[in-house]
Amino acid sequence: MADDLKKLSMTLGESLRQQGVSRRGFLKYCAATASMMALPPTMVPAIAQALEKAKRPSVIWLSFQECTGCTESLTRSHSPSVENLIFDHISLDYHHTLQVASGDAAEAAREAAMHENEGKYIVVVDGSIPLANPGYSAIAGISNLQMLEETVAGAAAVVAVGSCAAFGGLPHANPNPTGAVSVGEIVKDKPVVNVSGCPPIPTVITGVLAHFLTFGSLPELDALGRPMVFFGQSIHDRCYRRPFYDKGLFAETFDDEGARKGWCLFRLGCKGPMTYNACATAKWNQGTSWPVESGHGCLGCSEPDFWDAGGFYNALSIPDSDLTRKTGYVVGAGVALGAAAGALNRSTRAKAAAQHETVTIDDLDKKS
Amino acid sequence: MSTSIDFLLWVRGPGFDIALFIFVVGVLIRLLEVLILGRKADYSEPRGAELGAGLLTLVTRTAPEGGSFKRSPFTVVGGYIWHIGFLISLFLFVPHIELIDSVLGIRWPGIASNLVDAIAAVTIVTLVAMLFSRLTHPVKRFLSGPEDYLTWVVTFLPMLTGYLAYHRMIDPYPLVLGLHILSVELLMVLFPFTKLMHAFTFIIARWYNGAMAGRRGVQS
Repeated sequence: MADDLKKLSMTLGESLRQQGVSRRGFLKYCAATASMMALPPTMVPAIAQALEKAKRPSVIWLSFQECTGCTESLTRSHSPSVENLIFDHISLDYHHTLQVASGDAAEAAREAAMHENEGKYIVVVDGSIPLANPGYSAIAGISNLQMLEETVAGAAAVVAVGSCAAFGGLPHANPNPTGAVSVGEIVKDKPVVNVSGCPPIPTVITGVLAHFLTFGSLPELDALGRPMVFFGQSIHDRCYRRPFYDKGLFAETFDDEGARKGWCLFRLGCKGPMTYNACATAKWNQGTSWPVESGHGCLGCSEPDFWDAGGFYNALSIPDSDLTRKTGYVVGAGVALGAAAGALNRSTRAKAAAQHETVTIDDLDKKS
Repeated sequence: MSTSIDFLLWVRGPGFDIALFIFVVGVLIRLLEVLILGRKADYSEPRGAELGAGLLTLVTRTAPEGGSFKRSPFTVVGGYIWHIGFLISLFLFVPHIELIDSVLGIRWPGIASNLVDAIAAVTIVTLVAMLFSRLTHPVKRFLSGPEDYLTWVVTFLPMLTGYLAYHRMIDPYPLVLGLHILSVELLMVLFPFTKLMHAFTFIIARWYNGAMAGRRGVQS
């Protein structure tokens, strides 16, 4: 118990050293964080100093209408790394997916963390919130909406992890049977950071938390509330296959010559041009690869409503409806209307010809 | 939540459907009206064949007539440059070919995207120069009415927004892509009701001119 208390009051630096992380490893992490967040190298000592002294912030993790993919991404991504250790050294006081067996004790831990760190804790949310009927998703008898409002009331900031929490995601997809909404649509009076993606890149969440620890504030956000450092550039702009797009070299099927040569996947439905995320630079599985590198187009998972944005295998420039069938109907309608208009004109002309009276000079003389 | 993605989804979905309907139905009505009405019966004895002369005129009228080239070389050259540039940008840019394939089920090879980019830049500059000439040349200005300026705008906007979208000059990208598609939808909606119809009716007009001359045994 005494140990636990000591651990709680330890700074991040002390805690890391106790875990056997060397000063060198720690600085390396700080440098990587700085470059990841596009900060100048002169900031590295400042980051190291800030992180060294930082108290472990209390984090309450709420999971609503979600598939646990985000938690999978963050907790089981790969073997422990410095990032994982940093992640371990926040005080994750409540995570109902991980604490599911704890029952009431978990709920008590959430309430305790809220009271002890009033105004200072961070709330991480994955999953969307159903508004149609609170019964669609409830935890320990508390509806998602009620739990979110209660927990957020004393929070310093909210991090919406994954596209469901950030934009509604799959539950929000048409016809949205549960009336799912994003965190940002409910939380209006606290800063909300959207870390979108299905799932989001693990480094991005640790980056946001590191920024909070270092500067005591949240990173700069884009129009959709996402950290600019990770979502400032599109997949297309950073794609290593971009030169093939510019040259007009495209794979047309997943097993043709172009696919084998690693040509651009635009024709196969890659949504890279409209998708803002760090996959092309941060990559996945310890920098091993990412979807486009493994031969599949980007699905656009970090953008709002990506489920409803047309087929995953339709090129971005194609309207998302059954056009060939519609074109058939429209041509039919045009031909019918055109023929009707033509027939009307012909009958007008025939009528005019029938009513035409021949006038001679004598007739005109008589009239005048 | 109203975002640039919502806007893109609207212009790619219902917006495109509406524009496609007006464009296809409008063009078909106007073409069929012309074709069904036909021409007055010519009872004179033909002195030559209509077919060959009609087809030939379709091609020969594409070349500039010597006299008009001498009188206004800028109008002729500028007209060729932007028409050809516009057609290349429209039909040889790979994302456009994908769209045509999805609507009509036919496809052809495209050219390098950065080549289309250069051609589009030349086209945009030429279109601006053509407008400048129209506004400053006293005769052209006298002959121009509101419809001429309207058709210039709806032709220019797809080129401009396409260029902005390709270079991602407006953030976020879904917004600029949506604006590009919307500008094309505006072009499609106005197309059947303005002189833009010449893109289809030039064939009929040239055919009638050539065929009539052929029937009379004179050069068209």
